[in-house]
Amino acid sequence: MTDLLYVRDSEAPKLPPPQRTTGITYWLRTNLFSSVSNTILTIVTALFLLWLLPLVYNFLIGRAVFTGTMDDCRAETFGACWVFVGARLNIMFYGFYPATEAWRPNTVFLIGLALVIPLLMPRAPYKIANFIAFFVVYPVIAVVLLMGGVLGLEAVPTDKWGGLMLTLILSVVGVIGSFPIGIVLALGRRSKLPIIKTLSILTIELWRAVPLITVLFMASVMLPLFVPNGVTIDKVLRAMVGITIFYGAYMAETIRGGLQALPRGQYEAASALGLNYWKSTLFIILPQALRYVIPGIVGNFISLVKDTSLVAVIALFDLINAINLAGSDAEWASPTKAFTGYAFAILIFFVLCFSLSRYAKYMEDRLNTGHKR
Amino acid sequence: MAVDTAGRIAPPRTAFYNDPAIRGLLYQALVVFVVVGFFYWLVANAITNLKAQGKTFGFDFLWNTAGFDVSFKLIPYDRASTYFDVFLVGLTNTLFVAVIAIVISTVLGFILGIARLSKNWLVANIAAVYVEVSRNIPLLLQLFIWYFAVLKVMPPVKQSYNFGDLVFLNGRGLFVPTPVFDGRFVWVVIGFLLAVVAVIVLRNWARQRLEATGQRFPVFWTSVALLIGVTALAYLVSGTHVGLNVPVLGGFNFKGGFAAPPELTALIFGLSLYHATFIGENVRAGIEAVSHGQTEAAQSLGLKDNDRLRLVIIPQAMRVIIPPTTSEYLSCTKNSTLGAAIAFPELASVFSGTALNQAGRAIEIVGMTMAVYLTFSLVTSFLMNIYNARVALVER
Repeated sequence: MTDLLYVRDSEAPKLPPPQRTTGITYWLRTNLFSSVSNTILTIVTALFLLWLLPLVYNFLIGRAVFTGTMDDCRAETFGACWVFVGARLNIMFYGFYPATEAWRPNTVFLIGLALVIPLLMPRAPYKIANFIAFFVVYPVIAVVLLMGGVLGLEAVPTDKWGGLMLTLILSVVGVIGSFPIGIVLALGRRSKLPIIKTLSILTIELWRAVPLITVLFMASVMLPLFVPNGVTIDKVLRAMVGITIFYGAYMAETIRGGLQALPRGQYEAASALGLNYWKSTLFIILPQALRYVIPGIVGNFISLVKDTSLVAVIALFDLINAINLAGSDAEWASPTKAFTGYAFAILIFFVLCFSLSRYAKYMEDRLNTGHKR
Repeated sequence: MAVDTAGRIAPPRTAFYNDPAIRGLLYQALVVFVVVGFFYWLVANAITNLKAQGKTFGFDFLWNTAGFDVSFKLIPYDRASTYFDVFLVGLTNTLFVAVIAIVISTVLGFILGIARLSKNWLVANIAAVYVEVSRNIPLLLQLFIWYFAVLKVMPPVKQSYNFGDLVFLNGRGLFVPTPVFDGRFVWVVIGFLLAVVAVIVLRNWARQRLEATGQRFPVFWTSVALLIGVTALAYLVSGTHVGLNVPVLGGFNFKGGFAAPPELTALIFGLSLYHATFIGENVRAGIEAVSHGQTEAAQSLGLKDNDRLRLVIIPQAMRVIIPPTTSEYLSCTKNSTLGAAIAFPELASVFSGTALNQAGRAIEIVGMTMAVYLTFSLVTSFLMNIYNARVALVER
């Protein structure tokens, strides 16, 4: 028998229908006007945007000077002077590279693009061949094409390199060079041999502790003292050496993360199969460890691309410094010239780095198969 | 118990060069040989080159007169000062910029991180756009924009931007007032310190009482009252007067206050705004890293909203936020070397730039500069290790 203490005998009063949970009013109410403070915040930000966006639009497009001469630019006090960018595009893209030879950097760029894109696509076939083509064959082709002096190509010394071309060259050299250095140092740091381990730790920590600018200063003023008398090292090459070693140390720490994230079972399984150190490292450990840290590696590449701009302090003309140079003549003076040049640089760097960071995010999501809330 | 040795087979003898231990030694000997040989080669080259250029090696040059002036200095320095003074000026300038930039970027970073998590769609998205744009533009480009495109084209002194007659901005830089303290101000400091001690005592007492009796005490508001009240009382009783040294237009420039040249202003703006985005991302990641279950667990334990934040969420988020933020501080300090590109006299620019060009002592000067940054980095990682050991999860 059950004790029924209460039995309802009449219908409960009708409740109002639930508030709408779809539609634009619901969205506005929850996302913009959910409380008094939120409403105030929304209004303040909206006013800020109403002030900012017209400014940006007027600068970039509305009042910008797209055609005409520098005189038109000098008359315009607010809008961007795209005439300046158009007229000096050569120096911004190629530095002092002879204009008739511009097809050579263009070809190198296109080949690089054709090799990098399939390398970055997880599904693309022939990964190993592609890897070798990019890291071994491509540098040779690029050096021959860019430097010239062989195969009937006109020789172009490196002090004529500049602009976006130099930025991209330094980035790609940094990527190709720092990757193997990073792998070697990371493996060295995980080694059981005490001397190799200590040397790797010292190298990594020393390079990571100092700012890139001092490394570049060192490469430009100290390196010549340390090579045999009479040997001169090319200025661009010095910057490349500095950037590569510096980023090698950062790469090593990223790769070490991957080596540590790999479950012990993988190492033990490799030994159980009777594989020696190099075979287990090459065929079992590295392929998996590197896959873990692709987002980190791409993150390093983004900083590398941004940091190539620092070569300006040792008087090389990368994209940003080339833009400074392009506008340095009085002939190009106009009220908005500086801003326009920098806006152009922002656009290029943003497209480069943002697409890389989206790629890193995409790889992270692909690798992240755990639970997410 | 008898040991059966009959079935045992002696392990196969391997050649000595296949023994892992001996191989390890061989490899290491080889590496040591190569490294020592390489350094020997470098040093030998350096000695020959220095001899060929008629230079010597040594730190005696530090006591020679530098003979150039520095545009911004916090310690006494003039043309008659030595290279060592140049080093000190560079070091203080670097630390000055780094500390200010770190403070501003931390505040902005926390605002950005919280804004990105805001329920307000507009605020969250503006913060996201700002973070993405600023992170993907080289710091040097941002410095150039601040320096060449914003601060260098500011109006001349007479038409300065005037912020409430206190702060002035013009082509010569940013002019801010500085407080002036008289002798009796020391009583205010003492009062404040006493209040701090009282707050610490109060907190301990309140916690003990809470644990013993379960009764709460409004610690936060009492602390605020104590800090403000005691300090204000000390200010009134001591009869001290805190003046403001306001910049005043006199002749061709502003006099009084603190004058930040455009180089310094650009460097601080650039560094703070750039690093704030990275700190903001750390803050966001830290808060997101505390799993939702923690919030639910705290709610089901009956913790109030701010207790939940203070006792459950923030301690766990901080564990994730602090390590990457410390390395961000370090990289902010290292990035202050970018002042070299806009001629702000910090260590890399004035010491490994100007002083190096004059004295020509490349190895010594670059070595000293690198040693300074190495020290910063070692001290930071030492402190970080202590912190990590303290907050590390205690597992079985």
